[in-house]
Amino acid sequence: MDSLANFNPFDNLLCILLGISFTVWFTLLLVFIIVPAIFGVSFGIRQLYMKTLLKIFEWATHRIERGAKDNNHLLYKPYSNAIIAKEPTSLEEEIKEIRRSGSNRDLDHASEFEMSDIFYFCRQGVESIMDDEVTKRFSAEELESWNLLTRSNYNFQHISLRLTVLWGLGVVIRYGFLLPLRVTLAFTGVGLLVVLTSIIGFLPNGRMKNFLSEQVHLMCYRICVRALTAIITYHDSENKPKNGGICVANHTSPIDVIILASDGCYAMVGQIHGGLMGVIQKSMVKACPHIWFERSEVKDRHLVAKRLSDHVEDKTKLPILIFPEGTCINNTSVMMFKKGSFEIGSTVYPVAIKYDPRFGDAFWNSSQFGMVNYLLRMMSSWAIVCSVWYLPPMTREEGEDAVQFANRVKAAIARQGGLVDLLWDGGLKRGKVKDTFKEEQQKLYSKMLVGTQEDRSRS
Amino acid sequence: MGSRASTLLREEEIEEIKKETGFSHSQITRLYSRFTSLDKGENGTLSREDFQRIPELAINPLGDRIINAFFPEGEDQVNFRGFMRTLAHFRPIEDNEKNKDPIASEPLNSRSNKLLFAFRLYDLDRDDKISRDELLQVLRMMVGVNISDEQLGSIADRTIQEADQNGDNSISFNEFIKVGNVYILYIDIDIDI
Repeated sequence: MDSLANFNPFDNLLCILLGISFTVWFTLLLVFIIVPAIFGVSFGIRQLYMKTLLKIFEWATHRIERGAKDNNHLLYKPYSNAIIAKEPTSLEEEIKEIRRSGSNRDLDHASEFEMSDIFYFCRQGVESIMDDEVTKRFSAEELESWNLLTRSNYNFQHISLRLTVLWGLGVVIRYGFLLPLRVTLAFTGVGLLVVLTSIIGFLPNGRMKNFLSEQVHLMCYRICVRALTAIITYHDSENKPKNGGICVANHTSPIDVIILASDGCYAMVGQIHGGLMGVIQKSMVKACPHIWFERSEVKDRHLVAKRLSDHVEDKTKLPILIFPEGTCINNTSVMMFKKGSFEIGSTVYPVAIKYDPRFGDAFWNSSQFGMVNYLLRMMSSWAIVCSVWYLPPMTREEGEDAVQFANRVKAAIARQGGLVDLLWDGGLKRGKVKDTFKEEQQKLYSKMLVGTQEDRSRS
Repeated sequence: MGSRASTLLREEEIEEIKKETGFSHSQITRLYSRFTSLDKGENGTLSREDFQRIPELAINPLGDRIINAFFPEGEDQVNFRGFMRTLAHFRPIEDNEKNKDPIASEPLNSRSNKLLFAFRLYDLDRDDKISRDELLQVLRMMVGVNISDEQLGSIADRTIQEADQNGDNSISFNEFIKVGNVYILYIDIDIDI
């Protein structure tokens, strides 16, 4: 009995302290994060945070380089720049070049086949082994400087006490403070989205419903943006997508959706998933018409095209958001755009998204991590910093087919975002390259051999 | 800790590779990071599938033959040393190497070794002769389905006729040297570090 009486005051004190800290915590959360999210204003806290971090990173990198030099350690060189300086040439030019460089044989006598022709293919092959344009797009971009995250550090050895302490401090801040904060916000944001859109679903269709639905979507996405500490700079907002149009953007991660949707309202397109995603999708579509497909419907290209074109024809419906690459690329390049969305014939609003990898790499390598793992990594990075450019709208021109139009849009996005414009298909992440490309090369070479024969028979 | 930190090359290994292949320090570390990025299984060796994952190599008509050249007789895995040894053939010959001590073993990127590499792309059974069949095989790989058997056969015959000197209807290494020697420096690749 006595011992019980002794513990009571301490228990009470503990409870009071916990209660106070929770209240303070939630008030701060509400005032500094949720309320601004509802109204779309910002205190500028994130910008300040970003500047401070940059200074710390510079210092850290400096220390590593100095430490490495002192101890004569080797620094791992990030595999980001091209190893070989290649100039674009054609198969025919190159083979002629080889033959010409050989001797003083004149070109009229050029035989159809020379044994040295294999040198061209040989060299092309080994050059692509040393360095190729495609495979490096499917893994996270490697950084020149260290950002105090072990996941992006390849030189971590005990360089100095100060650096280790700083890194340790970083871990404590990120996992002990930032992560719980962000997870709370994320749950709040998603929860509010599901609940509020379901409520709005009960309203009769009309302007009030659309207005409310837009506000709810914007608010919840803004909370999610803060849940990731995403610091986004929007450029050229006068070009924002309008109703009846299609918005296309380069794809780096699922976060792209949150980034775009927190600044404007879009109709999403996608496959219906099970689980939590499915719940979110079903409730979202109650408030405003998104385009969700069943798994079986995705294969039917005509059905997909029909639903998309029906949607854009209705001018009261929101612009569609599509990622034509079809898969996540690591934000150093833009890969082939699938032509489906460019066949529909409405105005296309291109958007370029470029992430700054110094604060946290946003690329989702789906073969390496699942979705939950990925989100945890995102929420335990320092921040997600990116720039969004709204490019002027484009329409398909006379005599241009869907593929050419898609390439034109892709080139514009690549130029604006400072990304490499590639013709390769993002599907190469998982699948093999089609044989048709090899057959093209073979055809080109055959023309060189046989073409000479035809000339001979003519003369 | 990133797994890459633990598989960094040791200084001694780099020195050995430098001596064997002639690549510079920074070239070796750069190519090592390329090697590890291709090594999806993260076991320190590359398999044929790892090479075939490179799209630009997969569409090369001679892709399979080139990949083969990296793997020693009968083996399915190549480690970093083997990788570098094969790549060394493509290093340009530097001026200061021409006057090297003739007693020292021939460098991997000598003219003769480069020609041997190219010769072996044709000579699949390693009998030091390119037979008509072997030549036809390589031709077929390069032209695909676009040229008929007869035409290809006559191209092969003509080529052997021009190059063959001892009349055995196949091309030996010495005969190949005479044909290829002038062009061989084309395959040099400048690694820009």
